[in-house]
Amino acid sequence: MAKRLDLKDVDIYYGDFHAVQNVNLSVPPRSVTSFIGPSGCGKSTVLRTLNRMHEEIPGARVEGEIQLDGEDIYARGSDAVAVRRTIGMVFQRPNPFPTMSIRDNVVAGLKLQGVRDKKKLDEVCEASLKGANLWKEVSGRLDKPGGGLSGGQQQRLCIARAIAVQPDVLLMDEPCSALDPISTLAIEDLIGDLKKDYTIVIVTHNMQQAARVSDQTAFFNLEATGKPGHLVEIDDTEKIFSNPQERETEDYISGRFG
Amino acid sequence: MSAALDAPERPAASEAFRAVSTARKVKNQLATVLVTLAFVIAVIPLVWLLVSVLIKGFPAIVSVDWWTKSLSGVTPDQARGGVYHAIVGTLVQALIAGIIAVPVGIFAAVYLVEYGRGRLARITSFMVDILSGVPSIVAALFIFALFISIGGLSQSGFLVGLALVLLMLPVVIRNTEEMLRLVPDELREASYALGIPKWKTILRIVLPTALSGTVTGVMLAFARVMGETAPVLVLVGYARAINFDPFEGNQASLPLLIYTELSTNPSAAGQLRIWGGALTLILIVMVFQLAASLISRYSAISK
Amino acid sequence: MTPDGDEAEPNTVSERTTQRAPSDDPATQDRPAGSATMSSVTDTQPSTTGSSRTTSGGTGERVFRALTTGSGLVVVVAIALIGLFLIVQAVPSLLANNDNFFTSPEFNTTDASNLRFGIRDLLAVTLLSSLLALVIAMPIGMGIALFLTQYTPSRLAQPFSYVIGLLAAVPSIVFGLWGVLVLAPAIEPIAAFLQTYLGWIFLFAPGNLPVLTGTIFTGGIVLAIMILPIVTATTREVFSQTPRFQIEAAQALGATRWEVIRMAVLPYGRSGFIAASMLGLGRALGETIAVLLVIRAATSPSHLSLFDGGYTFASLIASAASEFSQPLPTGAYISAGLVLFVLTFVVNAMARVVAGGKVNG
Repeated sequence: MAKRLDLKDVDIYYGDFHAVQNVNLSVPPRSVTSFIGPSGCGKSTVLRTLNRMHEEIPGARVEGEIQLDGEDIYARGSDAVAVRRTIGMVFQRPNPFPTMSIRDNVVAGLKLQGVRDKKKLDEVCEASLKGANLWKEVSGRLDKPGGGLSGGQQQRLCIARAIAVQPDVLLMDEPCSALDPISTLAIEDLIGDLKKDYTIVIVTHNMQQAARVSDQTAFFNLEATGKPGHLVEIDDTEKIFSNPQERETEDYISGRFG
Repeated sequence: MSAALDAPERPAASEAFRAVSTARKVKNQLATVLVTLAFVIAVIPLVWLLVSVLIKGFPAIVSVDWWTKSLSGVTPDQARGGVYHAIVGTLVQALIAGIIAVPVGIFAAVYLVEYGRGRLARITSFMVDILSGVPSIVAALFIFALFISIGGLSQSGFLVGLALVLLMLPVVIRNTEEMLRLVPDELREASYALGIPKWKTILRIVLPTALSGTVTGVMLAFARVMGETAPVLVLVGYARAINFDPFEGNQASLPLLIYTELSTNPSAAGQLRIWGGALTLILIVMVFQLAASLISRYSAISK
Repeated sequence: MTPDGDEAEPNTVSERTTQRAPSDDPATQDRPAGSATMSSVTDTQPSTTGSSRTTSGGTGERVFRALTTGSGLVVVVAIALIGLFLIVQAVPSLLANNDNFFTSPEFNTTDASNLRFGIRDLLAVTLLSSLLALVIAMPIGMGIALFLTQYTPSRLAQPFSYVIGLLAAVPSIVFGLWGVLVLAPAIEPIAAFLQTYLGWIFLFAPGNLPVLTGTIFTGGIVLAIMILPIVTATTREVFSQTPRFQIEAAQALGATRWEVIRMAVLPYGRSGFIAASMLGLGRALGETIAVLLVIRAATSPSHLSLFDGGYTFASLIASAASEFSQPLPTGAYISAGLVLFVLTFVVNAMARVVAGGKVNG
């Protein structure tokens, strides 16, 4: 189920603006890769090209290749909608559908794909909520709206919703930045559990978080505002935080910059 | 972006990335078609109407007399004279409405934004919504009941103006209110910090900042009321001659001219006058609309 | 559109403004509260006029406040007076009425000593034409709102909205003129078709007019065109406020554009759309001159068919306006106006309640 991601010579543009320059990296299956870097370095932009969410911005364009287990996600005839089904995403701000019940939120993706069998939906709902460590807290009120949960619970609901469709990769765009420390801890624990089954890419502003949850870390930087962001280096997390190859990385990690 | 993506050197997509079911794709396409169709459907009558009015009315408005003469002394079947008397009436009646509705509307908006709180403000805001939904015929009937039935006045252009006040007020209030809410609080605070009292702050700082938006609202309000027909049917008689005095006697206006010619004059000259009147009315309304959008484009506060 | 609002991309600026917009709202909503505290401070201060001019307790402040509050009151008083005077003028005629006001199809005021009037047919024609307008304008209005907010690139959305707005700028008498002289003959074949094939449904049964032009059917279509900009404007506004993050939630699940609309946009905008439709309905109920010109007078009572003719409340009043001389017959029409006032009051009040805070006016 979990698959590897490879980025080859990826350049990202918004209209005439060159947002990210020449990114090459690989994300192995069943691992957590974190993207770190200062604001504006393009880490979120890169993340959003991985499931083609960037296409929702008019004028956005990608050059180079992004492959999922060797298959180009931008191949001719491929559909962004289908790509997003196989590469799930969790956002900065928990975004359950406010009018839907907890159950309907979890199975929303499956229903889109035309699964109508109630028994199957209930099974997936339970399994996904268990997978997101939320089952115990909500099993008694699956018919209540998802908006009634706490911020941390909502975010786990969103993770449950993302894994319910059994994606190959899970992208997380600063999933804890809107949460309190205890909820953050719960999500971080969950990420540790999820990597047994999924390939995970997480963007974070919090370096400690990157150090805690990820197996490898990619550091992005930009020379100046208005210049394209670029990948400085990617390596095992331990190595990036203890003994990075590049001076820029070291400066950033040690807080001398950014 | 798709141009780059569909470049021929790209390999064809694997099954996994094309897995959106046909039914879903069809539904999606269908929705796109229907939604676009909705827009087209709305444009058809608009274009049809404008073209009809333009074609049928254009021959009437090209003559100089049309803009400078009344129908005084013109028999119904004669294709001469003009609608100057009706233009005058339309503008005079709208002006009367504006003189009353603009200051009251702006002050009411100031009240709602700057002073209003508690129950009275809520009721006022609610009543503004209600007033904006009051049909023009009801506004006209009210003025009729108050000033003619009870007050004993006779019909006049001035009473039309009063009815139009009721229709203008909510437009002025809502537009001004919206602009006042866009004025940043920092401006108010900066003024308070200088020791300027609140009312002077509002008059000298807040209102001038919101001015262009307010003027836009006023223009739109004028555009709305000048096409109103119901009040002129109830509150004033039609005159074929020029009457500048809104307090005395009958006074024509473009809607009243159109209605009168339509219901009493089946001749070719009458037909021409109807469509010419309609085109003239649209042109005048458009001028105010255009002024409104030009002013709002150069608005001081960007939305 | 990226949640990471600080990515270096050209969208950053607009992005931030859109992100800030929601947090701006509370700020603007806070203001009345803020100014409330300010003014309550000044209220509690002893008005030592002269010495403390800057604490805004001065004469200028009081005069200005009275002026603005008074202007606000004008609106409240106007509505109250409209209700009051319509009632005052209607009651004598209602008392002198020799027929049942609610059930009689007749509206005969020629003999002031024997008034016979009722609103049954007025209500039927008003509701039929307005509801037909609504049935047509609701789906089309929603479609246009979706087209403008979800399908049109932002560069074109503005001019396209302007085009729809032009519909609102056309005076109703011009709609009436066009409706009766151009549209009515053009759609007669459609009416004939409907009557031939759907005539077994009471709505499409032969009506009380000898012809198929100038029917409620024609009037309803004209009204639909007229209320379309109202339905569209408010709905578009609400749809465009759909939170970005909810749209993204659906997109990230692999929803097609239409599915995104179903999952995020429509649930968010439903109440606004309903409110917009009610505003449109209110407008249709009270529309006067277009209906008066388009729908023909009928000699026999209504059959509840769309191919009936007749008068609506508004068009009846306008048609009789030139004969308002004797108080009692005039009062009969004013009582019809009173019913119309109550109808539109209720519809507009409901629109406001349904909309909650989302729609203004």
